[in-house]
Amino acid sequence: MSKSLFEKVWDAHSVRQLANGQTQLLIGTHLIHEVTSPQAFGMLRDKGLKVQYPHRTFATVDHIVPTNESIEPYSDPLAQGMIEELRKNCVDNNVTFFDTNTGKQGIVHIVGPEQGITQPGTTIACGDSHTATHGAFGAIAFGIGTSQVRDVLATQTIALNKLKVRRINVNGELAPGVYAKDVILHIIRLLGTQGGTGYAYEYAGSTFDNFTMEERMTVCNMSIEGGARVGYVNPDATTFEYLKGRPYSPTGEAWDAAVESWKSFASDEDCEYDDVVNIEASEIQPTVTWGITPGQGVGIDQNLPLIADGATLSDRESIAEALEYMQFEEGSAIKGKKIDVAFIGSCTNGRLSDFQEVARYIEGHKVADGVQAIIVPGSQVVAKIAEGLGLDKIFIEAGFEWRAAGCSMCLAMNPDKLIGDQLCASSSNRNFKGRQGSPTGRTMLMSPLMVAAAAVTGEVSDAREVFGVLV
Amino acid sequence: MSSTSIKQVTGKGVFVPGDDIDTDRIIPARFMKCITFDGLGDYLFYDVRKTETGDDKKHNLNDPRFADASILVSGNNFGCGSSREHAPQSILRAGYKAVIAGSFAEIFFGNSTNLGVVCVTASDQDREILKDAIELNPELEITIDLEDHKVWYGDQSFPCAIKPGARDSLLSGNYDPLNELMTGAPEVAKVADALAYMQA
Repeated sequence: MSKSLFEKVWDAHSVRQLANGQTQLLIGTHLIHEVTSPQAFGMLRDKGLKVQYPHRTFATVDHIVPTNESIEPYSDPLAQGMIEELRKNCVDNNVTFFDTNTGKQGIVHIVGPEQGITQPGTTIACGDSHTATHGAFGAIAFGIGTSQVRDVLATQTIALNKLKVRRINVNGELAPGVYAKDVILHIIRLLGTQGGTGYAYEYAGSTFDNFTMEERMTVCNMSIEGGARVGYVNPDATTFEYLKGRPYSPTGEAWDAAVESWKSFASDEDCEYDDVVNIEASEIQPTVTWGITPGQGVGIDQNLPLIADGATLSDRESIAEALEYMQFEEGSAIKGKKIDVAFIGSCTNGRLSDFQEVARYIEGHKVADGVQAIIVPGSQVVAKIAEGLGLDKIFIEAGFEWRAAGCSMCLAMNPDKLIGDQLCASSSNRNFKGRQGSPTGRTMLMSPLMVAAAAVTGEVSDAREVFGVLV
Repeated sequence: MSSTSIKQVTGKGVFVPGDDIDTDRIIPARFMKCITFDGLGDYLFYDVRKTETGDDKKHNLNDPRFADASILVSGNNFGCGSSREHAPQSILRAGYKAVIAGSFAEIFFGNSTNLGVVCVTASDQDREILKDAIELNPELEITIDLEDHKVWYGDQSFPCAIKPGARDSLLSGNYDPLNELMTGAPEVAKVADALAYMQA
């Protein structure tokens, strides 16, 4: 019988059915960070349990790491305490830790792929909802809570319900100036923030076939913002090319065997899906969010909705709540909103290609007066390569602050935060109320190049016009 | 761990308005710089309840009439966003035992169930009626009956829903799966042995 990749990976990792009907699923690769793991190690200690498969857990530190301070102890004693706790837990339990002195530290969803730990046909869990990023390689990857981090440490398994699979085909070529970020913002806008609940999203079609691994990661990363815990792309030659020669990739004969095995996990052509959605790439515009959920986005040439546009009372209340929080007029143009901060980075858009694309256009431009612009590499590896290419100098010359690797201003667990009701053009993944650290701070999500355009004009702008991107 | 069976949850209710209440709102990230879950109850819905200077905002969660509520009533897609278990931990530690919402985000739902925090869904209309009833009489006793799939308030009731697996776990008291997972160790080893990437 033909099967989807989801079903094949699920079957290969199913241990047994549990009493409540859930599946005990083997988690082949477990990624941990400092925020959601210390309590899990604590629970293990309380119960006198050991890490069962320590060689299958990999740690890094990302959320609390300051990006403007590299010498410990950090000025924030709580952050210092968290990094030390993770160090101790990794040493005590023989877990590999990509610490700040290894040259490999970074955002967990950037480190896994670049080290070659993320591989097709595997299951990957992490106490972080953006774990679906790893699905770009044809892995079933998802976020878990801390009690489940404990479960993985103690048993290498979790209890889970099987998901349905929705195939999302995007076909055709994206127009110049339209990026993977716009594709996922468009999908979430179309299917809603809870449209994916209970589903794994299989992203396919010629647009995805032609995407690089980094573009696929950007899309898979935000699956959870559409309610889907899992998002993936079938592995292909692009996937194998990316993985070849990475530190944790198989070598020699094992490589050939691995590639054969990986290919076999791809969805069968005639397999059935629980749902199929078709999207034309040419419909997708540079997309910007105006509200307080990632689904509240519009094309750069469009206006914000009217409250009366909401189909139901609860939709109308949501629009009104978002407009009030964002201090925007209903029906106003998205273009021209004055920004205070520009942030490029995060597990969504903190990879080398994101920085290369911005660098390609930003030369000769200057960040507008009154705008703070920061650009934060997703990992030390990304930082080193970018610096080797001289990208840091280009950004600094344009008026950006070039920082050290970490989650930075995506989530405000480190010194990078909005102040008061500042408005931020952000390449991150969430525009929730208070997400960027100030309870009244405002976030507009967009692609890195659109953030760069907003940074140089001081307002939300069409990057294609600002930088003369050939349309 | 075998815990006590949860067949019913009874308590007073409080209405938290809004759809898409994300886990950043339930527990802002800046309060997660901690290595235990102790004390998280103090920060539940912190920015919803407090001004930037730390004063109480006008909100049901600050209203003394609802001070001893133990059931949250809210909108659709409750608990969306971050997978942080800090969210249901803070709900539990602030003294709440259950949430009645239009729908739940998946990770939040799973995290809550593992802790024995009961999450049931009910229609917009029924939750609206319940909201009005609570606001009219904050002392109103609400019972979520998992066996009958019903929410009782006073002598009236409406249907509620919960995933069958989660319901089974709560009814049996085995909502924390660790013990059962541990008994599968030999089978886990077999599955792991068959996968090349699992080898040390």
